[in-house]
Amino acid sequence: MNQKYLIPLTAVFLLFLVAYTGVEGAGLQWFFGIVFPYVAIIAFLAGFVYKVLGWASSAVPFRIPTTCGQQKSLPWIKQNSIDNPDTSTGVFVRMVLEIFLFRSLFRNTKAAFNRNDSNKLSYSWEIFLWVGALAFHYSFLVVVLRHFRFFTSPVPSCLKWLEYIDGIVQLGLPGIFLSGVVLLAATLYLLARRIFDVKVTYISQAADYFPLFLIIGIAATGLSMRYFTKVDIVSIKTLTMGLATFSPVIPEGVGGLFYAHIFLVSILFAYFPASKLMHMGGIFLSPTRNMANNTRAKRHVNPWNYDVKTHTYPEYEDHFREKMIEAGLPVDKKE
Amino acid sequence: MNKNLIITGLVIFVLAVLSPFWFNIVTTTQAAPEPELLGKAKTEKKCVLDKYDMRANHMSLLDEWRDAVVRDADRQYDAANGKSFGMSLSTGENSCLGCHEDKAKFCDTCHTYASVDPYCWDCHTNPKEIE
Repeated sequence: MNQKYLIPLTAVFLLFLVAYTGVEGAGLQWFFGIVFPYVAIIAFLAGFVYKVLGWASSAVPFRIPTTCGQQKSLPWIKQNSIDNPDTSTGVFVRMVLEIFLFRSLFRNTKAAFNRNDSNKLSYSWEIFLWVGALAFHYSFLVVVLRHFRFFTSPVPSCLKWLEYIDGIVQLGLPGIFLSGVVLLAATLYLLARRIFDVKVTYISQAADYFPLFLIIGIAATGLSMRYFTKVDIVSIKTLTMGLATFSPVIPEGVGGLFYAHIFLVSILFAYFPASKLMHMGGIFLSPTRNMANNTRAKRHVNPWNYDVKTHTYPEYEDHFREKMIEAGLPVDKKE
Repeated sequence: MNKNLIITGLVIFVLAVLSPFWFNIVTTTQAAPEPELLGKAKTEKKCVLDKYDMRANHMSLLDEWRDAVVRDADRQYDAANGKSFGMSLSTGENSCLGCHEDKAKFCDTCHTYASVDPYCWDCHTNPKEIE
């Protein structure tokens, strides 16, 4: 047990209870269902824009792309044009692959001591962080997109297609959506990794655990509402449609679990810009990824450089030519 | 990175996040359906479960019924309110559609609204459609 995850865990529990009891006990549906979601979306957008504009206005004086392959060199040396791009096309391909396939995580290695007598430190390829991250991000994306059914009426057919594919296993009624299950499983795996891998535990802070617990809470409440405790989905859609059309209503009969779910989601949105989750915007702005490695082909002048007063030799000679000739010193240009 | 590119990306992101709001402004939004009780259901007034329970839970109930009928040949459901019902979606007077006669108004309005596409009708038919 360690406070770095006990505190975030307690915090998520408390947040859940605040919403649950606030609705079930104090009847604060209007706060957790209407006021806070609006506040959260405003905080999310304002914070996100503020952060990105801050990054956009900070100077990137040096070309610092990380290079993971052969640089462009002599024509008979084969360049790795994606891992060491020298053109913006190469950079674009590199960024697309990074954003959609997390290639830098794919290269993840782990260090461990050999179990035999030699006890040597050896590094090996460790793919499971990449697998877990892909599973988590894509399932979360699908879950978020699927929730658009609560904000559109009639629901666009592309969403129905997504639901069809997500529900292709047709288990039970209501039919299981794979993305929800994968989301919970992947977050639990990523959490287990932080807790049980001692080297990862050592570098994990409360700010690493909090979003994980929050997303686990969101997934758990969502799955619980869909598959176990059940809610009246049409009433809930009247609430969400009310939010989307700025004419909020509180439906009757919807229990505290739904408000706890929407409260945790609102917390996630509000907390997003202040947290490590901003890698969502930050990945596009990573200077080590989004720059071409063309420092040998192009001259990049540091924009911070001020104008240095120089006095080159030709200027020096122009200045002192007559005196130099008088003193018998050799000059490049006579007259 | 190019500042204009960043601003463009940011604007697209903000628009995407706000899409639930502007999407409902540019398209016409369908209001929530008010399921009507028609025919027998209107006079009967007593269903298998309470109203909210029914709205939230009917799919699980149907799932249990299917297993009970297909695996155990158990076709009678004794409800908590003392009435008994035939465990059937569409067969007989005592079934779901036997009482709620209009599938389009009773089932489909809410399912369409909530974008639910139940596979009940892959096998079952609406008795009204046959006649």
